Amino acid sequence: MSLLTQRAARAGAPANSLTSGQLPRFAEVSIIGGSAVASGLVLMLLGFNFVGWLVLTAIVYLVVLGVLSSIVENRRKATDRLVRGIVSVAFILAIVPLVSTLYTVVSRGISSLSWEFITQSGGSSFNADTLEVTNTPGALQAIVGTLIITGIAALISIPIGLFTSIYLVEYSLPGSWLARTVTMLVDVMTGIPSIVAGLFAFSLFSIIMGPKAFSGFSAAVALSVLMIPTVVRSCEEMLRLVPGDLREASLALGVSKFSTIARIVLPTAIAGIVTGIMLSIARVIGETAPIFMAASFTDNFNANPFDGPMQTLPVMAYTGFAFPGTDIDASHNAAWGAALLLVLLVVILNLIARIVARVFAPKGSR
Amino acid sequence: MSKRIEVKDLNVYYTDFLAVEDVSITIEPRTVTAFIGPSGCGKSTFLRTLNRMHEVIPGARVEGQVVIDGNDLYAPGVDPVMVRRQVGMVFQRANPFPTMSIRDNVLAGLKLNNRRLTKNDGDDLVEKGLRGANLWEEVKDRLNLPGGGLSGGQQQRLCIARAITVEPDVLLMDEPCSALDPISTLAIEDLIKELKEQYTIVIVTHNMQQASRVSDRTAFFNIAGTGKPGKLIEFGDTTTIFSHPRVQATEDYVSGRFG
Repeated sequence: MSLLTQRAARAGAPANSLTSGQLPRFAEVSIIGGSAVASGLVLMLLGFNFVGWLVLTAIVYLVVLGVLSSIVENRRKATDRLVRGIVSVAFILAIVPLVSTLYTVVSRGISSLSWEFITQSGGSSFNADTLEVTNTPGALQAIVGTLIITGIAALISIPIGLFTSIYLVEYSLPGSWLARTVTMLVDVMTGIPSIVAGLFAFSLFSIIMGPKAFSGFSAAVALSVLMIPTVVRSCEEMLRLVPGDLREASLALGVSKFSTIARIVLPTAIAGIVTGIMLSIARVIGETAPIFMAASFTDNFNANPFDGPMQTLPVMAYTGFAFPGTDIDASHNAAWGAALLLVLLVVILNLIARIVARVFAPKGSR
Repeated sequence: MSKRIEVKDLNVYYTDFLAVEDVSITIEPRTVTAFIGPSGCGKSTFLRTLNRMHEVIPGARVEGQVVIDGNDLYAPGVDPVMVRRQVGMVFQRANPFPTMSIRDNVLAGLKLNNRRLTKNDGDDLVEKGLRGANLWEEVKDRLNLPGGGLSGGQQQRLCIARAITVEPDVLLMDEPCSALDPISTLAIEDLIKELKEQYTIVIVTHNMQQASRVSDRTAFFNIAGTGKPGKLIEFGDTTTIFSHPRVQATEDYVSGRFG
């Protein structure tokens, strides 16, 4: 029995013996506060530093909590508190870069975000008479390009990916060589570096169309090389989650295999399939390297995916930094604006996916 | 509507493993036949061969004949989909389609086969099916709610309603009450007695009281040991099987001395 409980028992305070030997509720909060103040004071002497302060606070907190808990409580509770503390710190560590990125993108990009930025094509134009360069901020060409290229990539990838996963789950015999080969190729393709996909598409279209074969379509082909494996994977997972009972129930009613898949299995899994597809779109919409290779970059408005370079938001962000125009600040601002638009686009896609998933989710109690 | 099933020298294999050996049995129309026996003796496997549902399991195959009113189910060129329209099945776990309402669940067999139904025909069929499954009074006010919201026993009766709406000749039931409470079980047993008027019913059960309550004839299956094939040991009138079985193993099983 620890010191504190003995003292408490002598004072006759805890009526319920089951609640004795515990740190009070406010212990964790007050230890956090105390260690923050203490490490702040220590750092004042050495020279204050925000990151160092947070790190020192976390360490002091974990040590004090562990020691105090092992004195007042028992070892099991001390370990529990310590591990819970470590897990929370790890969580905060994981969140920090995310929040920081989001904050940077929003704070830098928000200034260039305006109605004109969304509705006009930007770029710099050179007036030969006055030798003046005028910059117009605008991302319309990149927004349109992103939507067209990602849209075509989705049109190519979703049917191929969905049908492949239907084959793998519904038709192939387990362990058949074709199924194993397809699964292995999908796994390998998941790990393909995006630059390789870009090279593939660019060289493919160079062979077909000759040199300078930049087009939005070839960028879409590069993206679908990246997208198909993720679509196959997520759809496969979702189809496997559909209970075999439902397939048997349908087949036992004398329903053909095709109808069973199209009218029972797919509707049951549709929420997960839509979510998976949206996530794979969100994954490729931010690709830069393959689009940069296959569709190049341009400031001109081009809505024809089969001819000429096409701009997308990630490429616009990249070129804004890598090849700024005469007005360097304006280029950088445009790049941040493009990055923010891209983030917004991904958020919108995710919201749509959630809404669709909720609408299609099977109803009734589970 | 109901039909006679004749099974001749049927062997069932899982790839190379002989699961059920040499079963010959004749199931009369408008009767309830119960299959009893210890777990793993091949009752369910054999039941599934009566509407070719075993083919859903990769590697399962059959030798021998199953003849329903003169038509061999395993003759070359027979479409299993057509077989299953004549021989319906109800499973151990109630499995209403989660994406569908109660009404759509009942009509699922027809709708999924692209039969066009007017609203009136559909209403009539839904009422007929649900009344046939003794479920109509309980759900008539909430036909458009999802089937997954019903209780376990109601879901199982919904599955029976779904199966009989396709108007099969034979109804196979694979332990339909094993996940249900006694009251729901009683409801389904009463239902089986009513359905007997129209359908040939084959039921697999682990509950011997159930077999003696609902069935006219009983078949006892057994295996000699693990890895050995299951066999039909004895088949006869339920009263005979439960009172004066010819085989010692049957008597041991029905009197609870083993299994």
